[in-house]
Amino acid sequence: MEKEITVTINGTAHTVKVEPRLLLVHLIRENLNMTGTHIGCDTSNCGACTVLMDGKAVKSCTILAVQANGKSITTVEGLATAEGLHPIQEGFKENHALHCGFCTPGMMLRAVELLKHNPNPTEEEIRWGISGNLCRCTGYNNIVKAIQYAGAKMRGDKLPSTEPQFV
Amino acid sequence: MIQCKTSKEIGGMGHSLKRKEDARFIQGKGHYVDDIKLDGMLYMDIVRSPYAYAKIKKINIEKALKVPGVAAVVTGRDLEKYKLHWMPTLMGDTQMVLPTDTVMYQSQEVAAVIATSRYAAADGVDAVEVEYEVMKPVTDPFKALEKDAPVLRTDKPGKKDNHIWHWEVGDKAKTDALFKKAEVVVKENIYLPRIHVASIETCGCVADYDKVNNHLTMYMTTQAPHAIRTVIALVAGHVGLTEEKIRVISPDIGGGFGGKVPVYPGYVIAIAVSFLVGKPVKWIEDRSENLQADSFARDYHITAELAGSKSGKIQGVRFKVVADHGYADSQAAPTKFPAGLFSIGTGSYDYDTAFMEADAVYTNKPPGGVAYRCSFRVTEAVHAIERITDKFAMEVKMDPAQLRMNNFIKKEQFPWKSPTGWTYDSGDYHAALKKAMDAVGYDALRKEQAEKRKKGELMGIGISSFTEIVGAGPSKDFDILGIKMFDSAEIRVHPTGKAIARFGTKSQGQGHETTYAQIIAEELGIPAENIAVEEGDTDTAPYGLGTYASRSTPTAGAAAAVAARKLRDKARKIAAYLLEVSEADLEWEPGKFFVKGAPQKSKTIQEIVFAAYTNHPQGMEAGFEATHYYDPPNLTFPFGSYICVVDIDKETYEIKVRRFVAIDDCGNIINPMIVQGQVHGGLTQGIAPAMYEEFIYDEDGNILNGTFMDYLVPTAVESPHWETGHTVTPSPHHPIGAKGVGESPTVGAPPAIANAIVDALTPLGITHLDIPITPYKIWKALKEKGVVKPVA
Ligand code: FES
Ligand code: FES
Repeated sequence: MEKEITVTINGTAHTVKVEPRLLLVHLIRENLNMTGTHIGCDTSNCGACTVLMDGKAVKSCTILAVQANGKSITTVEGLATAEGLHPIQEGFKENHALHCGFCTPGMMLRAVELLKHNPNPTEEEIRWGISGNLCRCTGYNNIVKAIQYAGAKMRGDKLPSTEPQFV
Repeated sequence: MIQCKTSKEIGGMGHSLKRKEDARFIQGKGHYVDDIKLDGMLYMDIVRSPYAYAKIKKINIEKALKVPGVAAVVTGRDLEKYKLHWMPTLMGDTQMVLPTDTVMYQSQEVAAVIATSRYAAADGVDAVEVEYEVMKPVTDPFKALEKDAPVLRTDKPGKKDNHIWHWEVGDKAKTDALFKKAEVVVKENIYLPRIHVASIETCGCVADYDKVNNHLTMYMTTQAPHAIRTVIALVAGHVGLTEEKIRVISPDIGGGFGGKVPVYPGYVIAIAVSFLVGKPVKWIEDRSENLQADSFARDYHITAELAGSKSGKIQGVRFKVVADHGYADSQAAPTKFPAGLFSIGTGSYDYDTAFMEADAVYTNKPPGGVAYRCSFRVTEAVHAIERITDKFAMEVKMDPAQLRMNNFIKKEQFPWKSPTGWTYDSGDYHAALKKAMDAVGYDALRKEQAEKRKKGELMGIGISSFTEIVGAGPSKDFDILGIKMFDSAEIRVHPTGKAIARFGTKSQGQGHETTYAQIIAEELGIPAENIAVEEGDTDTAPYGLGTYASRSTPTAGAAAAVAARKLRDKARKIAAYLLEVSEADLEWEPGKFFVKGAPQKSKTIQEIVFAAYTNHPQGMEAGFEATHYYDPPNLTFPFGSYICVVDIDKETYEIKVRRFVAIDDCGNIINPMIVQGQVHGGLTQGIAPAMYEEFIYDEDGNILNGTFMDYLVPTAVESPHWETGHTVTPSPHHPIGAKGVGESPTVGAPPAIANAIVDALTPLGITHLDIPITPYKIWKALKEKGVVKPVA
């Protein structure tokens, strides 16, 4: 019953035989041993498993591996380049937008897609934009800041201050 | 502005150092338990009960065993052969690992399927057939206490009721007398719902038993690895797993919040199976299993009363609690404190009479309840006192801010003896509330509210001025299963002046790798970036009780400072030797000793450490290492004042949090960025039960919202833009004057929100609503009052 599929992940093509019911997230984590993509629920609500499929943010627990046949996937492991961190990674680190880090990969990938369509989003747009991703630790304030920071960096604008407003 | 004693390069206390741990998390290189893959590893999945109370007539495993990939199915009868079918809880109660006869709550573990893959294990679970004889469960704790209620824990010989324990504190006679004669008495029944920590990573483990060496390595999501090692040794010592043969490793944890303190049956089954088959066994919960079976919190029914004068002076408090623990008391509170630190319910106010009591009850619901981001029942206590204080203000017709200001314990009254026996270490409650009022623009908001009320618009302002109690705890009173609640730090400085420090605690996102390094940097002047911090491996870290109850900074943080000071004393001796002066002639500034009056004659800490390995004084022990086990002399008492502003739609009752200002005082601050981050996160876990989260059970004990689809964890849209600030009142007894902060916001936020919503609805005759307060709940309450008519 296994099916042969070819999925490109972070630029590398993988041809594998999989059960038709295998979830994309398990293909990535279990079969291909890239564990940066996480699983936080069984109802497609948390977004910890978010990856980019042909540039679109998808919940990889809600996609079958066979549906990704012929597609190109970006996971957290594919964000940084030889030149260094992706602006979204820098934004998260500089703005303390993560505590436990479990939601972070999915949150960053969703943010990358958001910034692609809306390079200079308002706080409200960011909050709605990431509302498919749950974070239990940070309270979201700093995730908003991190995405604004990454947006500024990608636009080549002056970077906003990363000092905490905690007086 | 926070004053720093060290340079930015050293990065001691007060610097907003970016986190050292983040590099791996942002690049997908975190190492969580589900990322572990060992050779020959088997996967375990669990068959759970669809019923809340039922006899098991038969478990048919034949079909499951035929599923490709399934290696074994384990039932209670299998574990019984090794006396592993029961386990103790951290509260000294008992709990089934797997049942032999009866299931006691919905989603209880019934059998475990072991297979070569995750999918095969799940297929096996589907194929296990269990025949049940369903019984009528008891889900209401008050009904469970009635005389003719069926006794649930028939496993306990002689048990004749569902009562677990009674606890009380304070002066009953004096308090009752006060309530008889007081001018004003207010009373409210306040329910804190059953909720869940819902960390985004669920619980799980990889149990790896090595038959040849008779050695178990247990990778698991635990906040307290050492305590777990001891518990495993206590439970499994009789089959040969003694403590030196057990290594517990707690890898990166995706959020804990108290839910990863208890021992769940899944862990024990995984160990048992690994022990029997000699292969590694992985068990990772699904989210729904996690919500339905593990780590519930709260479920406290409180009757709160406050007595005082017509002029608004609070004189005494009386609380009575019924605590629903479900099937077993499997909370993880200190042994002597079955109701946790609920006795902090006297709050931030100056009076000398209090009486509190609690009764714990068994019901057919999952066992618990964990201290969810809370120093053992403090959230419950603070909610009760802050809600009833508002009701009292309403009764005496005084502004709730003014009433609080009039009743606060004054700065000069600290250390303050509370009527329930605590000694509050330090506080300046007036300053915190004043700062919050100024930040939010309190007077202008009250004016705006008055205008809006004339137009029938619903706007509310709510305050919470909480006092927390954290840092468990002094060994004279605090232990878990007899182990005293100290914590530890071990610092090793290498010859080149770089260090590694290990701790008995375990970060789950709090940023210990950064903050502990900052404490050591502060004391020794070694740059924080040159100090590696490690936790979570019982083979290498010194023994400690772990991270929960905001105890890491108060205990292990203190241990780090004291251990570092031992090293500084040694450094002084070496510097005196190197500079050929007496120790008394030396002065310290972060990073070096210099000769008094001749600052050009100095030795840096790096030079001194190098000498400790290459040129130390004769007679002195070589090396540069220190360990300290810190036994706190008292708990710490962080506090704060929060103000919430809400607007409620007068047709739909949709609640909008317009502003939320939080002023926290956690004593001296190690890293403002991290403290603020903790406050943001805690506030969001405060708005969650205040407005969204609650488990609902029907009469048959079915959980009606046990998934992330219907258990509503706030997203970025529900979370307000938090406004935060701080005051600093150092703890006088803590080596670095810090108090701990992780839990304050979770504790302090719910009453501020509830008070704001009730304040908005006061013109409509509402004086109290239980959390979570939803538009539907408001509509229902108003309908009962006849204020709104049912929609046709
Ligand atoms: S794992 Fe939660 S949405 Fe995919
Ligand atoms: S950082 Fe822990 S869930 Fe977001």
